[in-house]
Amino acid sequence: MSILTVRDLATHFHTRDGIIRAVDGVSFDLAAGETLGIVGESGCGKSVTALTIMRLIPPETARIARGSVEFEGRELTRLSEEQMREIRGKSISMIFQEPMTSLNPVLTVGTQIAENVWRHTGVSKQQARERAQAMLDLVGIADSRRRLDEYPHQLSGGMRQRVMIAIALSCDPRVLIADEPTTALDVTIQAQILDLMLELKEKLGTAIIMITHDLGVVAETTQRVVVMYAGRKVEEAPVEELFARPLHPYTHGLMRAIPRLDADAETAGRRPRLKEIPGMVPRLDRPIAGCPFAPRCDFATERCRVEAPPLEDHGKGHLAACWETARVQAVAA
Amino acid sequence: MSDAPSLEVRNLVKHFPIHSGLLQRRTGAVKAVDGVSFAIRRGETLGLVGESGCGKSTVGKTVLKLIEPTSGQILLDGEDVTHLSPGRMWHHRRRIQTVFQDPYSSMNPRLKVGTIVGEPLENFGIASGRDKDERVAKLLERVGMRPDAMNRFTHEFSGGQRQRLGIAKALAVNPDVIVADEPVSALDVSVQAQVLNLLIDLQDEYKLAYLFISHDLAVMRHISHRIAVMYLGRIVELTDKRTLFSMPMHPYTEALLSAAPVPDPSKKKARRIIVQGDVPSPAKPPPGCHFHTRCPYALPKCKVEVPPLIEVAQGHHVACLRRPVGASPEPLTPTA
Repeated sequence: MSILTVRDLATHFHTRDGIIRAVDGVSFDLAAGETLGIVGESGCGKSVTALTIMRLIPPETARIARGSVEFEGRELTRLSEEQMREIRGKSISMIFQEPMTSLNPVLTVGTQIAENVWRHTGVSKQQARERAQAMLDLVGIADSRRRLDEYPHQLSGGMRQRVMIAIALSCDPRVLIADEPTTALDVTIQAQILDLMLELKEKLGTAIIMITHDLGVVAETTQRVVVMYAGRKVEEAPVEELFARPLHPYTHGLMRAIPRLDADAETAGRRPRLKEIPGMVPRLDRPIAGCPFAPRCDFATERCRVEAPPLEDHGKGHLAACWETARVQAVAA
Repeated sequence: MSDAPSLEVRNLVKHFPIHSGLLQRRTGAVKAVDGVSFAIRRGETLGLVGESGCGKSTVGKTVLKLIEPTSGQILLDGEDVTHLSPGRMWHHRRRIQTVFQDPYSSMNPRLKVGTIVGEPLENFGIASGRDKDERVAKLLERVGMRPDAMNRFTHEFSGGQRQRLGIAKALAVNPDVIVADEPVSALDVSVQAQVLNLLIDLQDEYKLAYLFISHDLAVMRHISHRIAVMYLGRIVELTDKRTLFSMPMHPYTEALLSAAPVPDPSKKKARRIIVQGDVPSPAKPPPGCHFHTRCPYALPKCKVEVPPLIEVAQGHHVACLRRPVGASPEPLTPTA
């Protein structure tokens, strides 16, 4: 049962140099309690997709050019700012990469959690403070009573991200959007935060959209994955299926481009060459004819350069936008 | 050609003083690097891995003599350069070059690429004028750029291309050693692969010694021959990369390896060792073994005794009281 339905969403930025099509026709569903990964490299539109759902794109330059975002039967793209504020932090929450820049440096962490609670639930300030302390306990911050009165700068990076999660989950949201939540953290702290998020998801039943560039994080935390490239969804599949049988040449290339930690990539004493994806991402300030990945693709044919491939269903919930999936599969096998 | 390692560091120490109070008296020190030793041969990559604040970048800056060590020795090709004045050091700078994480912030945006990449050639009086331009053109080609990039500005290039320019500049003076501090951390994976491949090709071609500093274990495993793991200013384990990844012996190494997410959903880990808590502040490291506060295997003596880095097996150095010489690499049993 889908609780969030995104259809043909397009977000364009109007700049002096023209229109940047940051997101250009993205569709996906999020089921209740599910973890969906959105993966892609810088500029692929994964963060702008999230910000568009939250209606946090800058109104001076950005427009939702078309498409819809339906949440629990309401069309978010048409809500007023007032109505959106009722949803943000209550029904849909978001956490960001750098907690220090999203926390207010002059307010105690207790105040920042409690603020979200009393805004949305109308409880007394005392009750909100109690809720804040319970949230700190929930996210594994020891000595929560004392921590309530501390300021963000007194906390480590990992603890700040725990506080962000505490704020985000304080009103039992249905959906948590996490935009690179562990990218700024050290690996041992990243492991703690990812485990915490998954544990809380089990406990509270929150659906998560996990936005990341890290295929390791995707593999370990998500159930289904959307792969984005140049503002479009190029592939979608259940996570095991995606890693076992990537159908889009971009996904296939990404998986071969990453150095591997697991043993099967090892060859005695030698350093195998990584598979490169040549060239770089296309500019988004002009319309792209054909498949956006074609100029970097080993499988590209004449047709790819002129005719954009539609997303096709390959069974098992596996979608890919590529004319040459048969050849990609033959190589990947 | 001497047999001496291209770069050797003996018992390197770098303390940064902490001043506080009204009179700004010296009240303590951040022991960023606290007795680090290693050697790198020609054509070899030594990886220096660790989390933020472990001192890995300070090691890099100190061997480059961008900051002065508190004590210890730095040897280039067997020659002690530790106490050379900046003027005397100048002659040696040609031999040790660096590649930074963010090349954009290390290049003057108002200068053309030709001037930037060619600057070391002029500085060291190696080439100028047309000769310099020809050399720059060759360097650019060698790092996979078109020679006409010379006449353009750095903002016209992507992150991966700028990193190529940074590498070309480092190569310009024909160094023996390159200190690369997180050179691919700012790059997307598809571009990261291009830069790593280039670094490996150049090393094989010119027999360069790399001190490769990174927090990314997968990148480390790919490019390094040997790896040193740092924790709060000290090396806790140093060995060849196969041994490190197949039988890590220091509890911190083990925790670090198990914490890294693996891009394979069929290997979702239940067996992850989560180390509790945060890295302690390097201004106030715990006594004894720095890791004892987070170590699941710590004994009472770990709180008081500093474990020396000892060679427990051929080429395998470990600083852990539970891993004496000849210790088996079997997993340890957690203490309570």
